[in-house]
Amino acid sequence: MPDTNELLQLVPKAEAKQSMKDFKSDQEVRWCPGCGDYAVLAAVQGFMPELGLAKENITFVSGIGCSSRFPYYMNTYGMHSIHGRAPSIATGLATSRRDLSVWVVTGDGDALSIGGNHLIHALRRNVNLKILLFNNRIYGLTKGQYSPTSEVGKITKSTPMGSLDAPFNPVSLAIGAEATFVARTVDSDRKHLTSVLRAAADHPGTALVEIYQNCNIFNDGAFEVLKDKDQAQEAVIRLEHGEPIRFGADGSKGVVRNTVTGDLEVVAVTEENQSRVLVHDAHAASPATAFALSRLADPDTLHHTPIGVLRSVVRPVYDTLMSEQLDTAVERDGKGDLSALLAGKDTWTVIG
Amino acid sequence: MTQVSSPADKADEASEAVVGEQRAPAPGGAGGKEVRRLDRVIIRFAGDSGDGMQLTGDRFTSETASFGNDLSTLPNFPAEIRAPAGTLPGVSSFQLHFADHDILTPGDAPNVLVAMNPAALKANIDDVPRGAEIIVNTDEFTKRPMAKVGYETSPLEDGSLEAYNVHPVPLTTLTVEALKEYGLTRKEAERSKNMFALGLLSWMYHRPTEGTEKFLRQKFAKKPQIAEANVAAFRAGWNFGETTEDFAVSYEVAPASQAFPTGTYRNISGNLALSYGLIAAGQQADLPLYLGSYPITPASDILHELSRHKNFGVRTFQAEDEIAGIGAAIGAAFGGSLAVTTTSGPGVALKSEAIGLAVSLELPLLIVDIQRGGPSTGLPTKTEQADLLQAMFGRNGEAPVPIVAPMTPADCFDAAIDAARIALRYRTPVFLLSDGYLANGSEPWRIPEVDQLPDLRVQFATGPNHELADGTEVFWPYKRDPQTLARPWAVPGTPGLEHRIGGIEKQDGTGNISYDPANHDFMVRTRQAKVDGIEVPDLVVDDPSDARTLVLGWGSTYGPITAAVRRLRAAGEPIAQAHLRHLIPFPKNLGEVLKRYDKVVVPEMNLGQLALLLRAKYLVDAHSFNQVNGMPFKAEQLATALKEAIDA
Repeated sequence: MPDTNELLQLVPKAEAKQSMKDFKSDQEVRWCPGCGDYAVLAAVQGFMPELGLAKENITFVSGIGCSSRFPYYMNTYGMHSIHGRAPSIATGLATSRRDLSVWVVTGDGDALSIGGNHLIHALRRNVNLKILLFNNRIYGLTKGQYSPTSEVGKITKSTPMGSLDAPFNPVSLAIGAEATFVARTVDSDRKHLTSVLRAAADHPGTALVEIYQNCNIFNDGAFEVLKDKDQAQEAVIRLEHGEPIRFGADGSKGVVRNTVTGDLEVVAVTEENQSRVLVHDAHAASPATAFALSRLADPDTLHHTPIGVLRSVVRPVYDTLMSEQLDTAVERDGKGDLSALLAGKDTWTVIG
Repeated sequence: MTQVSSPADKADEASEAVVGEQRAPAPGGAGGKEVRRLDRVIIRFAGDSGDGMQLTGDRFTSETASFGNDLSTLPNFPAEIRAPAGTLPGVSSFQLHFADHDILTPGDAPNVLVAMNPAALKANIDDVPRGAEIIVNTDEFTKRPMAKVGYETSPLEDGSLEAYNVHPVPLTTLTVEALKEYGLTRKEAERSKNMFALGLLSWMYHRPTEGTEKFLRQKFAKKPQIAEANVAAFRAGWNFGETTEDFAVSYEVAPASQAFPTGTYRNISGNLALSYGLIAAGQQADLPLYLGSYPITPASDILHELSRHKNFGVRTFQAEDEIAGIGAAIGAAFGGSLAVTTTSGPGVALKSEAIGLAVSLELPLLIVDIQRGGPSTGLPTKTEQADLLQAMFGRNGEAPVPIVAPMTPADCFDAAIDAARIALRYRTPVFLLSDGYLANGSEPWRIPEVDQLPDLRVQFATGPNHELADGTEVFWPYKRDPQTLARPWAVPGTPGLEHRIGGIEKQDGTGNISYDPANHDFMVRTRQAKVDGIEVPDLVVDDPSDARTLVLGWGSTYGPITAAVRRLRAAGEPIAQAHLRHLIPFPKNLGEVLKRYDKVVVPEMNLGQLALLLRAKYLVDAHSFNQVNGMPFKAEQLATALKEAIDA
């Protein structure tokens, strides 16, 4: 795992020191008062100066939904596109312009329902995109229908007797889709959110960041258990690469591997089992443990929700490979000669 | 065999009252056999979809092109890759029309049918006029293959083919015999029977052979044994023609030197010409070409072709679906590429929302629709023109998109460049409406001089374009060029021009989100006005004799319509002809042209889509002549219909 993302070197640096203000556009932010999106916007705007890239070389692409208004508020290049398609549009941009830092902002409906196909294919290709998936477990902009991450039995306008379908776990999905970088964070934890953004920005290839985001209008308190100081200690598992996976009051709980099933489980840490507590390895070649970690969370109560970088591995980046093929073609065949191409090899001449 | 079917019997090109009239036999010829001169011939190769008929046709075409004949081809194959052997649905054919003069269509009816099996004979015999020559592979006319297609008795023996000049040739046996020294299995050897047939036809029509031998050696470079076996089969076919008594006559069709302006020529198919047009447009615009595409018949060959030319800086992205194909193209357009997506009708349906986004974003984008039979999956390998209204209106909201339609295979090159011109100059998505007939058909193409190609370069925005009341200089992404109404193209990476665009309605000028009613009305009208104002050449009418009837076509019907018109004029019928390349916007003089004629006839391979528009827009009583059988019009049939219209 390289310390710095070599692909970031392709993006021009800012000439002068930047501040958060440089990344605020002149547009009035129009999310509902109290929406978790404000916190994420502030965190991203606050993080960008640290990244130090020329802001004209940064582009935010979004789909449709509340979170997808995000690009309007960033003083960078941006496109607010159509429902679910942002990963495909961003793929076209990133693969044709390697001098850009391309970010996708999407939501649980946008990325996992209508745009599910584009998300999984972007992940498997490993295009150099940073995807921020705002997960509020509800449809906000269409006013409160259940989403593909809503818990089973969710009572909404479209499911008055409760929703029937099992939800996606976005992190599990991403790992299954061959993602090279998968992280989870929470809107209200600015410090953690920023640390995850930093890791994502540094990752060469597609980085998926799931951000638990509160919709205070249609699904208020969905992540309260992860935010409330008392409950969070027991509910949240903070992952740090190279550190034993422990949580709870004074690290009283830990994650161990069940030697019979191979699965992971939460145990009360004792003198005897302390050595069995798993040390988090985000760079493990096999996705098996990262996937198992992603399954620890209870989809209903959110107990044992891991946050942080679950997986970060290096695999060839699609844009780089595409660009290399172009270079190879020029080396092999010479720079394209239009006259020669049009003439082909099988011609005849008509003399007047 | 003494009687030669004269192509004059089924002349579909009326340019010659003397068409096909047999001229004095040329003396001598190979092996002292009689050589006759023809001015044109239509050959159809037909066999199983695994028999290599398309390859055989392609090779005969290449030989014919390099000989200097004018030519036109019609490949016709099923959607299944290998349909059950020996069945009617599995028959694949390739028709080639070549002449010593200028021709326009692949021909209505073959003078020669090569039938590799009973299914091929049965599937094609109805198209073959009496007196024509039929070469059959007798090895396949055994009980089971015949029973499979419903021949209770052998058509070779029961007299049902009496009206034709049948050449029974044991093609498989002869091929296997010829290759017995090559150490191949019988099955391997049998596979070369198409080359035997090609050799025989090459002898019959005095085709040059070097090209095919070279081709075979290249194609099988890694399997020299197979290469040599194919060459041997090809030569054996040739020698068979020369030695056997069954083939007493061979034919010459002189090069069409009078038909072609001076220049260097090659043979080219529509999809290849279109691919080259796209590459040329990228070069002439000095922009990288980016293709986002999902494989679909009959458009995939463009994806394949462009993927081969990465040394032109061409990026091809095979997306996960049709929507992602255009999505990636839109992303690349935002980044400053000449962006293209290629598809067919079903793909256009899936891309509709994204096309609307491109209309709203006002970015240059080419949408190539190689139309095929519809609706739904329809007839994937057959041709149709039924996507016209989908291209025009198949989106939510008022979403005008210019439409350019090529007329012939070679014209796909110019049409692609023209579509790129419009897209780049007016910052708009543009439809390029080709079809299966143009895509796979081929014809000679005069290779253009690169320095004669149009300059398509555009200027990206580099700085502020607007001054606020307080004197501040700002960049407004939707401030338009007063002449073209195009908005500036400011690509990411340009300092100071950071801006956001999207599918939500934008305020005029600033591009900020706006729900203002008057602004929306203004923006809808402005987008329409931009497209209406696109400069396209006036419609040219060919009317040498003050006709009262105009035939108006668009797209790939150009060849058959022109052939029919020639035929009528040769018979003394006055008729005017015009052909639309631009369907949005229509040429400015179209209304005036239509009003000049008492009758307007519109032949289309749909149920009258252009006619509907003409009637709606110009209040003319346009008459439709329609065919939706998956095949191009036949000139004969069109001429009859036009004659009826004239007389009506």
